[in-house]
Amino acid sequence: MGAQLRVYRQKIRSAQTTKKITRAMELISASRIQKAQARMAASAPYARAVTRAVSAVATYSNVDHVLTTERENPRRAAVVVFSSDRGLAGGFSSQVIREANELRTRLEGEGLEVVNYLVGRKAVQYYAFRRRTAAKEWMGGTDQPTFETAKDIADTLVDAFIASGENEGVDEIHIVYNRFVSLVTQTPEIVRVLPLEIVDGVEEPGESDVLPLYEFEPEVDDVLGALLPVYIESRIFNAMLQSAASEHAARQKAMKSATDNADKLIREYTRLANNARQAEITQQISEIVGGADALVSAK
Amino acid sequence: MAELTVSVVSADREVWSGTAKQIVARTTEGEIGILPGHEPILGILSAGEVRITPVSGAPLTARAEDGFLSVENDTVTIVAGQAELVS
Repeated sequence: MGAQLRVYRQKIRSAQTTKKITRAMELISASRIQKAQARMAASAPYARAVTRAVSAVATYSNVDHVLTTERENPRRAAVVVFSSDRGLAGGFSSQVIREANELRTRLEGEGLEVVNYLVGRKAVQYYAFRRRTAAKEWMGGTDQPTFETAKDIADTLVDAFIASGENEGVDEIHIVYNRFVSLVTQTPEIVRVLPLEIVDGVEEPGESDVLPLYEFEPEVDDVLGALLPVYIESRIFNAMLQSAASEHAARQKAMKSATDNADKLIREYTRLANNARQAEITQQISEIVGGADALVSAK
Repeated sequence: MAELTVSVVSADREVWSGTAKQIVARTTEGEIGILPGHEPILGILSAGEVRITPVSGAPLTARAEDGFLSVENDTVTIVAGQAELVS
């Protein structure tokens, strides 16, 4: 009987240790969400300005730029997956990877070859385990993305896109990331960044807010040529920031439910341990009484 | 007198915003000065300084790399991946 009690006590201690860890992670994530959200908000003016400028150029010029035209026979499509470096964030990485797999099936159905670009250790591990190759991987810093990384990713993608026609190039670029909807909801989202689809969730100028007829300096082509990589950068950076905020939110939620579960376990095991203790005492009493009775009747 | 509404934004934050009397920037074509009432323009900045003369206060200098500048209805937006105020 004493063994039973010891087992329960051990389980309680183990649940308490786990709870300390999950509680700490929950609090850390909670504080980092604030920062991640602030960064998202801070980068909004940039994204808005870039999008506005790109749509202005695209609207007022009928230039056929490499980056805006649909390829006639697309052969290869790049898929960029934004996952996290660390786990313990609920379905954060798995849902984005699942979405990427669906996209892959769809693209292959259209006869395209999929080229993977992976961001975050989790996606890299997933693909490595399944022996799928990736064209390039970025690991580290998914929870606090820097603009340098975004620029690096964007440069790689634009280079691959421009290099199309040769073996290495790609004809389409899709990104898959977790969009930060609110603290409780993060939805995986697929966006095709190239060829350009300017209308994607960014506020469009309303009727009253007609874009003025711009003068371009130097020439329209050059302006578009310089703007588009910047636009891609800003899309990538935005996806990374959203993904980071989502990661923290998902982790906070996962860790909160883990803490709650630990609490529940501790409560249940405490009850069982109390029962076991009482049973032990009861048994001891009945043994003593029984023994005393036996002694009395033996006289 | 009319004023320019200016904002200097970099990828991760808004570096400066306010009203100004005049802006001098360097595009790939050369230096450009912007006063209130300037025609809408979209220009690519070459690496260099952007000088802002605010309505009140001392002139500012900002460094902007690989960005662009847009002017419309006296609203000037200077956008750069990395931008910072020098003084």
